[in-house]
Amino acid sequence: MAERNVKIKIQGGRLIDPANNIDQQTDLFIADGRVAGIASAPDDFRIDQTIDATGLIVIPGLIDLCARTREPGHEHKATIDSECRAAAAAGITTLVCPPDTNPVIDTPAVIELIRHRSKLAGAARILSLGALTRDLDGKHLSEMAALKTAGCVGVSNAGNPLVSTLVARRTFEYAATFGLTVFLCPNDHALADKGCIHEGQISTRLGLPGIPEAAETVAVARDLALIEQTGARAHFCRLTTQRAVRMVARAHYNGAPITADTAIPYLFLTDLDAGGFDPNYHLIPPLRSQTDRDGLRTGLADADLSALCSDHQPHEPDAKLAPFPATEPGISGLDSLLPLALRLVDEQCMQLPDLVARLTCGPASILNIPYGQLAQGATADICIFDPKETWQLNQDNINSRGKNTPFLDWEMTGRVRYTLRDGKLIYTASEKA
Amino acid sequence: MSQVNLQIRDDGRLRHFLSIEGLNHGLLKEILDTAESFAGVTQQSVKKVPLLRGKTIVNLFFEASTRTRTTFELAAKRLSADVLNINVDDSSAAKGETLLDTLRNLEAMHVDMFVARHTESGTAHFIARHVQPHVSVINAGDGRHSHPTQAMLDMFTIRREKGDDFGRLSVAIVGDILHSRVARSQIHALNMLNTGEVRVVAPKTLLPIGAESLGVQVHHNLRDGIRDADVIIMLRLQNERMRGALLPSEHEYFNLFGLTEEKLSVAKPDVTVMHPGPINRGVEMDSQVADGPRSVILQQVTYGIAVRMAVMSMAMQQSSVTS
Repeated sequence: MAERNVKIKIQGGRLIDPANNIDQQTDLFIADGRVAGIASAPDDFRIDQTIDATGLIVIPGLIDLCARTREPGHEHKATIDSECRAAAAAGITTLVCPPDTNPVIDTPAVIELIRHRSKLAGAARILSLGALTRDLDGKHLSEMAALKTAGCVGVSNAGNPLVSTLVARRTFEYAATFGLTVFLCPNDHALADKGCIHEGQISTRLGLPGIPEAAETVAVARDLALIEQTGARAHFCRLTTQRAVRMVARAHYNGAPITADTAIPYLFLTDLDAGGFDPNYHLIPPLRSQTDRDGLRTGLADADLSALCSDHQPHEPDAKLAPFPATEPGISGLDSLLPLALRLVDEQCMQLPDLVARLTCGPASILNIPYGQLAQGATADICIFDPKETWQLNQDNINSRGKNTPFLDWEMTGRVRYTLRDGKLIYTASEKA
Repeated sequence: MSQVNLQIRDDGRLRHFLSIEGLNHGLLKEILDTAESFAGVTQQSVKKVPLLRGKTIVNLFFEASTRTRTTFELAAKRLSADVLNINVDDSSAAKGETLLDTLRNLEAMHVDMFVARHTESGTAHFIARHVQPHVSVINAGDGRHSHPTQAMLDMFTIRREKGDDFGRLSVAIVGDILHSRVARSQIHALNMLNTGEVRVVAPKTLLPIGAESLGVQVHHNLRDGIRDADVIIMLRLQNERMRGALLPSEHEYFNLFGLTEEKLSVAKPDVTVMHPGPINRGVEMDSQVADGPRSVILQQVTYGIAVRMAVMSMAMQQSSVTS
């Protein structure tokens, strides 16, 4: 591991490390894959490489709570190699992969395979969520103890339904036995039915089957009751409605052991955007109303939503070449995660350090992992970006294999210049793209 | 990618006919006037005009249809076009060919127009976005979204019955609004033609969320909904609605929302009763009404041919009878 010993000085950047309340212009010294010093170098530190971060912002590497790399099982869409590199170029050092791969992540072997492939890619690392039920069938408990031993950071049934509230209760109890956090995608599948768009004026006008807001809130209400009863630790993934955020806020007030996140598209787009049948706006859960979008922004600013993820779902072009309801849902989101998040600061939705927290120490604390902060001795996962550089997202500069995004042609501000993982440079931007 | 650009040429003329939304009052009038000129043709002993001679029209139906497909076929033939009927049932879609591949293959045969019906909302827009520049697309029904030629033949029927001034009319649409592409298109067309009052009548299970936003008055009681109406449009009720917990029984539906002579008496004395067909007698209305003097159900079918001739010829840049 010769590379690990490379000693790096990151010079003159604005270091924002919300976990340690740091926001100042300073130097950062990296050795042995860890933060060796802040402001001043430790004794006998011989600099091998200096990164000039003047005018740049230095933050912990981003942690993306939901990114599908499509491997194993859907390699025609993307691969672990392609997406881990795309993540690195987007300043993301840790990806969390939901268990709905093929085969699903319900055995240690699949976790091992994903870890092995991501190690080969040598870019962002991948952490796995184990399946909550065997083959995500919604009926049978998965071997959670084995999954935990193999290194899964939580368990989830992804977007798949559980057959009954009883099964939900049992899975929560079993997960709680091993201290595993349950990652919930709240959706009452019977209510959502065959819907493909938010139920509202647009679904009424377009004649598309709608997914009511209650599909989310009913599921959140049910799960909150079960969490209270079972004492499970739970995380609500990708909330999309204002009411669900308020339910979470109330539960926080009551001290419930829960956390929640939302994904980038829901903070910028609404069902109105889907009014022209453009399949790039086909998401599950669907883009909601403007009220919901505003409610999510408030929830994120207030930290009731303590993480912001990309909900990355890369697709091959054919997946979106069909009438709206027949297309596969989801957005390729890695490339635009940081610049769109920064837009929230521009739009005065929140302060920059708070935003950085939602992308770093927020998700780290949900996952209970030691990343997402840059204290002395911490793992040197670092994102260095130019907050002023503007660029336009287009087919050619998307690093992900998936080019499916409604943010094409959007003007982005903020571009990643360097990404380090475990103290090693995994991405360096070519000069001024 | 706006619908307006998609359907209308730079010079304001019709390019595709996908939905009433995105068109304008002038174009709707032009369709009705053009259909009027074709209505004469369809009653002559020689029922053909040579407007689309040498053109190839493909009826591409991904969903079963008798009335709509045959009237499109007749309309195309009366315009002297060559017509190809393709019924793509679910099994051939299951063979794996995508909709786009089907289209590309047909386009390779130098088709000039697609008349498309599909179970998914938005299909006609999808096809229109992907055809070559010289190809026109007519929507013959997509999911619950739109069925604009049906709406225009209904407008044509209303105009024939009630005259040009839609502003003094009260029109009630009764039945399964939620699942009905016909109702959505009718509502848009009626509003675009400045109809005095558009009402919908249905139980809440058969109404879309925020139906008022479509520009209608919502009623849950048939008598209230058709009181003093000039036109009543009854919608077809699919049997499967009883399975999805939307309605308890045909019997209760007929009792509450079925049109009978007795209920009809609260409407205007000269009320016109319409139905896009096929009728479920004893469910949406009883036979006395369906076959009675107020019913124009069969005229609707006849007018359907003239209206479809009008839309096809306009989209192919022919806008008047030249024979």
